[in-house]
Amino acid sequence: MADYLPHTPEEVEAMLAFVGVDSLEGLYAHVPVAVRLAGGLDLPAGMTEPDAAAVVAGYGAANAARAAELVCFAGAGAYDHEVPPVVRALAGRSEFVTAYTPYQPEVAQGVLQAIFEYQTLVARLSGLPIANASLYDGATALVEALNMAHGATGRSRMLVSSGVHPHWRAVARTFAAGTGHEVVEVPLLEGRTDWSGVDPEGVAAVVVAYPNYLGVLEDPAEARALATAAGGLFVVAGDPVAAGVLRSAGSWGADVFVGEGQPFGTALSFGGPYLGLFACAEAQVRRLPGRIVGETLDTEGRRAYVTTLRAREQDIRREKATSNVCTNQTLMAVAAAVQLGWLGTAGLREVATRCAQGAHYLFDELTKLDGVAPASPAPFFREFALRLRRPAREVVARLAEEGILAGVALDALVGPGDRSIEAPEEVLLVAVTERRTRAEIDRYVVAMRGALQ
Amino acid sequence: MTASPAGRASSAPLMGRDAEPTLFEISVPGRRAYQLRTTEVPARPLAELVPAAHLAEVPVAIAEVSERDLVAHVTRLSHRQFSVDLGMYPLGSCTMKYNPKFCDAVAADPALASVHPAAPAALTQGWLEILVELEERLCAITGMSAATLQPAAGAAGELTGLLLMRAYHESRGDARRRVIIPDSAHGTNPASVTLGGYEVTTVPSNDRGLVDLEALRGVLGPDVAGIMLTNPNTLGLFEEEIEGIAAAVHEVGGLLYYDGANLNAILGVVRPGDMGFDIVHMNLHKTFATPHGGGGPGAGPVAVAAHLVEFLPGPRAVREGKGFAWATPSRSIGRVHGWHGNALVLARALAYIQVHGAEGLTRVAQHAVLNANWLRRRLAAILPAAHDRMCMHECTLRATALKDAYGVRALDVAKALLEEGFHAPTVYFPLIVDEALMFEPTETESPQTLEALAQAIERIAERAATDPEGLHRAPQTTPVARVDEARAARHLIATADAARE
Repeated sequence: MADYLPHTPEEVEAMLAFVGVDSLEGLYAHVPVAVRLAGGLDLPAGMTEPDAAAVVAGYGAANAARAAELVCFAGAGAYDHEVPPVVRALAGRSEFVTAYTPYQPEVAQGVLQAIFEYQTLVARLSGLPIANASLYDGATALVEALNMAHGATGRSRMLVSSGVHPHWRAVARTFAAGTGHEVVEVPLLEGRTDWSGVDPEGVAAVVVAYPNYLGVLEDPAEARALATAAGGLFVVAGDPVAAGVLRSAGSWGADVFVGEGQPFGTALSFGGPYLGLFACAEAQVRRLPGRIVGETLDTEGRRAYVTTLRAREQDIRREKATSNVCTNQTLMAVAAAVQLGWLGTAGLREVATRCAQGAHYLFDELTKLDGVAPASPAPFFREFALRLRRPAREVVARLAEEGILAGVALDALVGPGDRSIEAPEEVLLVAVTERRTRAEIDRYVVAMRGALQ
Repeated sequence: MTASPAGRASSAPLMGRDAEPTLFEISVPGRRAYQLRTTEVPARPLAELVPAAHLAEVPVAIAEVSERDLVAHVTRLSHRQFSVDLGMYPLGSCTMKYNPKFCDAVAADPALASVHPAAPAALTQGWLEILVELEERLCAITGMSAATLQPAAGAAGELTGLLLMRAYHESRGDARRRVIIPDSAHGTNPASVTLGGYEVTTVPSNDRGLVDLEALRGVLGPDVAGIMLTNPNTLGLFEEEIEGIAAAVHEVGGLLYYDGANLNAILGVVRPGDMGFDIVHMNLHKTFATPHGGGGPGAGPVAVAAHLVEFLPGPRAVREGKGFAWATPSRSIGRVHGWHGNALVLARALAYIQVHGAEGLTRVAQHAVLNANWLRRRLAAILPAAHDRMCMHECTLRATALKDAYGVRALDVAKALLEEGFHAPTVYFPLIVDEALMFEPTETESPQTLEALAQAIERIAERAATDPEGLHRAPQTTPVARVDEARAARHLIATADAARE
């Protein structure tokens, strides 16, 4: 068994004597006997690191979907992008990994400046002036956006396009049980949000995804007009990679941008830790959730960074805080800033373009097959939905035997009664990143042909 | 005890005191770092693929730097940052213990890190096993029946717990209005209560620093949904009347919520379930040493007693036959995370628990408590404890004597400790203690390091007598001196673009 305790037995004895007790158990003498655990924890004995490594290797070997076994064409909000050794090395530096939230700015300038650079990048990608230091993930960022809209309008009715990721909508529903928000999920019609017949009266927020979770590029103007008519906030849930070439959320008139930051420097990681991107218009800055880093000066007039607008936060305002967020996803934000620095202006553009090129090439090839049809006629960016002759789950299982993770079967993603698409069991959601080669794509098409015969 | 510099970052400042330029300031048009795979995918122009109305006229500007410049920039930033690996970080309530490198290696294992979260269960059996194994161990440690691993941090766990509380009461047709919180609680507790749709009722602490049981009985009633408690509490003291508290709350039909911020103190010694708690959140980034990452990622699993299992968020990984599957509890409150929680953090925590085992975890708690009590006694002459008796894993000390004699405040002591090569303790918390300095040494610091910290505080106390003005100006040897927080708030500059305006 391993532990990481430095004390020798002699030191423990000397310290106990100094404290005035005669045993380690004696430290707990004031704890009522009735609540103490007799007989110790019911856990296996400890083991050495090498022995534990063998156990962990066993878990890894049981993941048939690991990258060494399957070529990934799954997306649905989690994408297989290049994370180069330089990003892993820099974001993995223990000065970042083993620091706490930067409460003492004099010795936390490293994390603070990295977050400041991250905020700058998120603001630019969103086309909005202010970004925070990250939230847990895209789904919880959406919840914070709804809470911000409630704070801004005093209203509780939220119009959320069903093109927003089904899990994000599910999370919004969960937290609405506490806040009392009414989350109205607006259906999709052929892949696009059908805003007709939606009453803007008393609406706090109108939320649209751009591109939406089926990959479709919707025109956000209609949703913007609805938000304007209602006097509510316009929230755009965006793909930050697509933001490398598409019009920004801000240019579409968004008051708030939320996104999933995983594509920047974070591996697929079985869904976490990821990071929630959050940016907003100037008017909403006092309602921002979580940490914000600001630039200031030290007492000697040098540039310095510090967490700011702290009066919004839970440790100061307690039950009146804008959010309960404390710990967020700083390390992922550092990784995102480093990854974007590595990509640079040209690299981000090239990654976004290659994603679109790969997706359209695969789409064109697959839709030539019998038994494959586009699920929607709408334009898409880097991800698309196909209606298949066979159940999508079966197709995914079949292609896995050929070394391909074919995508995400939609009925595994959407809940019962979801209003984004009909017969989701027939639908496969497919994504292509800049890492997919033509050879891999061609192999996918051959395997799909076989699976549908 | 001899003092040793082992846990002390005595070489600060590492990189001088010049500001590091931003990524944007070192950008030079035309520089590149990125390299992508050769894919041979047909390179059709974007304008053919995407309707023109959607394309940006001017694509977003990032920065243009070489890989070498990027490495130097980020490495220099890292040298302007204190960390556990660099030195002792006795930040009370945060459990900044050593993070084993082995657990880093687990999280970096491509067989875990490369797995897509929507891949079918049949193809992710290793991950589901990790989640099940961790849930079972966390339940054994807390004395609970089942857990959700989805919450991404402690505050997310709190809100999840409150929604569970709400679902439980509503399932019984029992609308309740208030949640009780001690005046010593972390700020996340009341903020979470509001988001859970409840009102906060504060219960005062007594002169022993514990929940005043009589005052608690006074605020209890049939509209109380529950109480949120940290035990040991934020003063580092064990709530000795926990059985009475639990009985009183349960008596009115309320539930007990355990804030696991201080779980490190009681591993293997006391279990929240045995104290009568119904809902427990854990901070894996504290107790189980998954590192804090400069402010996350954390993980805040929530474990519950049997009567609440049906309400847990879903889906949950469960055992099924010889393998594992996803299952959603029958009356689930729904999802609280976009996927399955901070999975790689969960894997780290499992590895930490596996390595330590039952005995190792118990020793972790005992040594954490030993270190805190040793420090409390060692510093008693300069910084007396707010409550001078046996503490748990942290001790809340007061700088009132230094303030009264020399005008040197807790903040000055904290800043001077940075000069001495130690991270500061938590200051001015809990709110109910004047001039509070809360030290949590954790179990992984040696007695020599504790002695070095004590001697540094002795030097600061001597300076307080001779040079109080100097202490008000501390720290001077850090990358920056005290920063103007008021200026930052008055004139918000949250991006490099705003800075240039």
